Amino acid sequence: MTNAWTDIKNSDLVVVMGGNAAEAHPCGFKWVTEAKAHRGAKLIVVDPRYTRTASVADYYAPIRQGTDIAFLNGVIKYCIDNDKVQWEYTKNFTNAAYIVKDGFGYKDGLFTGYDETKRDYDRSSWDYVIGDDGFAVVDMTLQHPRCVWNLLKEHVSIYTPEMVERICGTPKDKFLKVAEMMAECSSPTKNMTSMYALGWTQHSSGSQNIRTMAMLQLILGNIGVRGGGMNALRGHSNIQGLTDIGLLSHLLPGYLNIPTEKEVDFPTYMSTRGFKPLRPGQTSYWQNYKKFFVSFQKAMWGAAATPENNFAYDYLPKLDVPAYDVLRIFEMMDEGKVNGYFCQGFNPVLAFPNRGKITRSLSKLKWLVTMDPLETETSHFWENHGDYNDVDTASIQTEVIQLPTTCFAEEEGSLTNSGRWIQWHWPAGSPPGEAQHDNWIMGQIFLRMRELYRKEGGAFPDPILNLSWDYANPQEPTAEELAKEINGRAITQLTDPTDPTKVQVEAGKLLVNFSQLRDDGSTSSGCWIYSGCWNEHGNNMARRDNHDPDDTGAYLNWTFAWPLNRRTLYNRASADMNGKPWDPARKIIEWDGSKWSGYDVPDIAPTAKPQDVGPFIMNQEGVSRLFARGLMRDGPFPAHYEPFETPIPNVLNPKIRGNPVARVFQNDVKQFGTADEFPYAATSYRLTEHFHYWTKHNPVNAALQPEFFVEISEELAKEKGIELGGWVRVWSKRGSIKAKAVVTKRIRPLMCDGKAVHVVGIPLHWGFMGAAKKGFGPNSLTPFVGDANIETPEYKAFLVNIEPTTAPVGV
Amino acid sequence: MNMELSRRSFLKVAGAGVAGTTLGSMGFGDAEAAVAAHVRPFKLATTTETRNTCTYCSVACGILIYSKGDVRKGETAVITHIEGDADHPTNRGTLCPKGAALKDFVHAPTRLKYPMIRKAGTDKFERASWDQALDRIARLMKDDRDANFIAKNEKGVPVNRWTTVGFLAASATSNETAYATYKVVRSAGIVAFDNQARV
Ligand code: SF4
Repeated sequence: MTNAWTDIKNSDLVVVMGGNAAEAHPCGFKWVTEAKAHRGAKLIVVDPRYTRTASVADYYAPIRQGTDIAFLNGVIKYCIDNDKVQWEYTKNFTNAAYIVKDGFGYKDGLFTGYDETKRDYDRSSWDYVIGDDGFAVVDMTLQHPRCVWNLLKEHVSIYTPEMVERICGTPKDKFLKVAEMMAECSSPTKNMTSMYALGWTQHSSGSQNIRTMAMLQLILGNIGVRGGGMNALRGHSNIQGLTDIGLLSHLLPGYLNIPTEKEVDFPTYMSTRGFKPLRPGQTSYWQNYKKFFVSFQKAMWGAAATPENNFAYDYLPKLDVPAYDVLRIFEMMDEGKVNGYFCQGFNPVLAFPNRGKITRSLSKLKWLVTMDPLETETSHFWENHGDYNDVDTASIQTEVIQLPTTCFAEEEGSLTNSGRWIQWHWPAGSPPGEAQHDNWIMGQIFLRMRELYRKEGGAFPDPILNLSWDYANPQEPTAEELAKEINGRAITQLTDPTDPTKVQVEAGKLLVNFSQLRDDGSTSSGCWIYSGCWNEHGNNMARRDNHDPDDTGAYLNWTFAWPLNRRTLYNRASADMNGKPWDPARKIIEWDGSKWSGYDVPDIAPTAKPQDVGPFIMNQEGVSRLFARGLMRDGPFPAHYEPFETPIPNVLNPKIRGNPVARVFQNDVKQFGTADEFPYAATSYRLTEHFHYWTKHNPVNAALQPEFFVEISEELAKEKGIELGGWVRVWSKRGSIKAKAVVTKRIRPLMCDGKAVHVVGIPLHWGFMGAAKKGFGPNSLTPFVGDANIETPEYKAFLVNIEPTTAPVGV
Repeated sequence: MNMELSRRSFLKVAGAGVAGTTLGSMGFGDAEAAVAAHVRPFKLATTTETRNTCTYCSVACGILIYSKGDVRKGETAVITHIEGDADHPTNRGTLCPKGAALKDFVHAPTRLKYPMIRKAGTDKFERASWDQALDRIARLMKDDRDANFIAKNEKGVPVNRWTTVGFLAASATSNETAYATYKVVRSAGIVAFDNQARV
C-alpha cells in the first residue's frame, strides 16, 4: 500500500476492483465504512461476483474476469475525452511531457520489437529521446506528437464504452457511471483510493492490471495524497515483510537484485546501476545502490567481505534465467531435475496451480522437508485419501521429513502489514510438544551443514564457512539480534564526509537509519529499507503511542513504517508546484519557504525546493511514468490480452492467445483448454470465515464454513439441470473435482462480444487435512502459467465444464 | 493516550485492596465497582497479558493474548483467551471471524508436536528426534550440494548456483526469521528461493 489502512477514512471515492475487502480484509474494510459514514465517501465495486463488498457499495458494475485493463483503459480514455485530468499534477509529476523515440509503436495488439519465437520484445525503442545535454527531452506544452501524453491518448482511443462492453461484458451505462464517478476525482480536492488484491495479481497480465489503475490514479492526481493511492491489500500477515526482505529468487533484501551470470563481476553489476538523473537536479535515490549493496554484503559475510574481493560479490549465486520462480522449479521437478525441496509454512499441494502436476513433481523428489505448525496436505501428499488424494502411496519414493514449528502466539518478532507498518509482537504461550522456532531450526540446519563442510570440505564452502553468525547463542539467534542486524551498524567509526573531525556514529553502534550507510565497507545493514527499525533509540517497531494529531490517520508514533517511518509514499505529491497542499483540509506536508514539514515524514529531501525536485525520487526522472520505458516486459502501456483460457477470442487481435510474452512451458500448453470443450469462465476466491488452508484446522472456523462448494448462476443451473445443494462435477483440461452447488443471484451471465459467458466461482479453503470436511479447491483445475513480469499464476481466470454428479468417495 | 499502562496492570492496581475507591473515583457505580473488583481481576489478573498481532491477513489487527503462566519468565504458559486490542489504531479492538477464533487455531488438534519422517514408499510417518531429523537434513543437503553445485558456468564465470534443491519460504514468519532464512539459503547458493508473494 502507498497509504495506510487508517488513511482510507480520508477518501472521497473508494474503488474495490480486483479484491473483496469486506470479506478478505474485514477489519481494514472498516475504514471504508468510516469514510462513507463520516466523509460521505462513495464505494464502487467492479467484480464478476456480487460480493459482500458489493452489497454495501454505492455502485456495482459486473466485469468478466481477466478484462480489467480494457475497463480501466476505457476510464482513462473517458477522462482524457472529457477533460477530467488533474493537469498541473499530470504535467509536472508524470512523464506525460517526455518525448518517445521514433521507433516505438503499437499495432495489431503488439508493441514494436516482438519476436514470436522468443515470446519476447526487443525493447530498445521503448524509451525517451535523450538530448545533447544527456537529459530526456520534454515538451511541457504537451503539443509534440511523440510526447507520452499524445501516445497514451492514441493508445487508449480504441477502448470506447462500446468496446469495453464487448470485451468486459459490463453494460455500457454501468461502465459510464463508474467512469464518471472516477473522473470526478480529477479535482484537486477529491481523492480516490484503489483497494486491490489477488483479483488483479493472479492473471497473466497481473502486473499491468495494477499499472493501469496506477496510471489512472496519476492523471487524476491521486497518488501521494490522503485518501488516495494504490493500495495492495496483500494476503498473509507478513507477505509484505517477506517481499521486503527479498525471499524471492531474483532479489536481495530491500529490492536489490541478485546478479545474473551476465554480470560477470562487481564492476559490471554496478555499471547498470548508476541511476543517473534523467532530468536536471533530480534526486534519483537509487544512486545510493552501492551503499545498500555493500552494507548487505557486510551483514552477510562480515570481515570476509572486503574491498579487495569486491565485498564477496562472487559468494552470491548468479542467475542464468530471469528467476527460479515456483512455476519453473516445479517444472524442473517434473522433469526430474530437482532432488530436495523445503516448504517452510507453505502448502503447495493446495496453493499451486495444476495440482496433478504438483503431486507428480513432489513424487519425483528424493526428499521433502516441511516446516509448519500444522499437518499440511503437502507433508501428506503421499497419503491416499480416496477421491480427495488419489495417489499410489507405495510408488512414491520421496522421503518426507516433517518438522513441527511454533506459531505466531509462541514467538517474538516483527511483521509488516500491507501499509508497511512493521509491528513487533511477543510470545504468549509454550509451543506444543517439541515444536521449535523457525530461527532455531534454520540455525540448526546451518550449523550442522557448516560443521560438515568444516570437517569434510566440499563444493565451494567459503560462503557457508564465512557466513556471519556471531549470535550470543548461535544455536538460536534471537529476534532482537536479527532486527538489529537488519537495521545496521557502523563497523568502524563514521565521520562526517564534509568534516572528518565530526564523529557521526561510533564503531559498533546502531545506525540511526539508512542515510548513514556507506559504500566502503564501514557499515552493515541486512535490509536497507528497514533501517531505523531498531536503532540506538531502541525498538521502534514496539512503539505504542496511538496519538494522531488532527486525526490525519498517520499515527506516526505507533510502531515503525518503512522507509524512515513514512506513512504515505510519494507524499511530496500531495502539494502543488509551490509546495502548497492541493487540498488544505487534507494537508500531509507543506513547503514553508525553506523546508518541508507536516504530519508525515516528507518523501523528499526536507530542503529540496518544490519547483526543482520532483516527487518521485526513486525514479531517475523525478516524475512517475505513464510510459514505462522498457521496465515492463509486456509493454510500456497496458494493452488488453485475454487470459490463456478465454471464453471469447481477443477481439483486438484473435490470433493472440493470452499475454504474448508470458512464459509457457510446452508441457503446459498441451493442457490449456478451449471454449468449445470448456465453455465456462471459472475463478477462485476466499470466504470471510476462512484463511487459506489454515483455518480448516480450527474447529470453530470449520464449523462456520464446513464444506466445499462451487457457486453458479440460476441461469447456468437451469441450463445444466443443477440443483441448489446437489453434487456437481467441475473439470478443466487439467483435473476434475466434485462439489456441492450453490446456486445464487450473486453471479449473473455476462454478454461478451455477443455471447453469454457463465462464471463459475470456486472458493479455495478445503483439502484433506484438518477439522473441516474433506474437499477440493480450485487448484486441481487452474492453469500452470504466470504473469509476464513476475510469474504469479493465472488463478483467477480459466475454463471449466460442469455437470450434475454423485457424491465423491472417501469422505 | 499512551497505552504503556496495560489493562492487566490497571486491574492489578484496581484489585489491590483499593478497588472500591479507585474505581469509584473513575466514575464506576459502587455495585459495578464491587463486581468489577473481584470478577475482572479473577478472570484476567491471574493471567499474563501479551501483545501480538493476528497471524492471518495483512490488516494485522492488534490482539491481546491471555495465558496461564508467563513464557517470557521461562514458565510454561497455556493460552486461555485472545481478544482484539482496543488501543490498536487499525482495528480498535475488533476482530473478524478468523481473528476472533485465533485461540482455537493455537490449540488446533492438528498442531504438530514432534519431528516425523516418512521413509520412501512407506505409508506412515514415524516419530524422530530433532537430532535425527536435523542431521539427516544436513547430510542430504551437503551431499546434494557437493554433487550438483555449479561453481562456474561454461565461460568460467563464478556463478555459485545450486539448482537441485529449492526452498519455499513462509508468509507468516517474522521479518527476523525471514532474514535468518535468507542468510542460510543464499549462502548455500540456492536459487529456487521463493515465497507466497509470487502466488
Ligand atoms: S482479525 Fe481478520 S481482519 Fe484482522 S488481521 Fe486477522 S484476519 Fe485480518
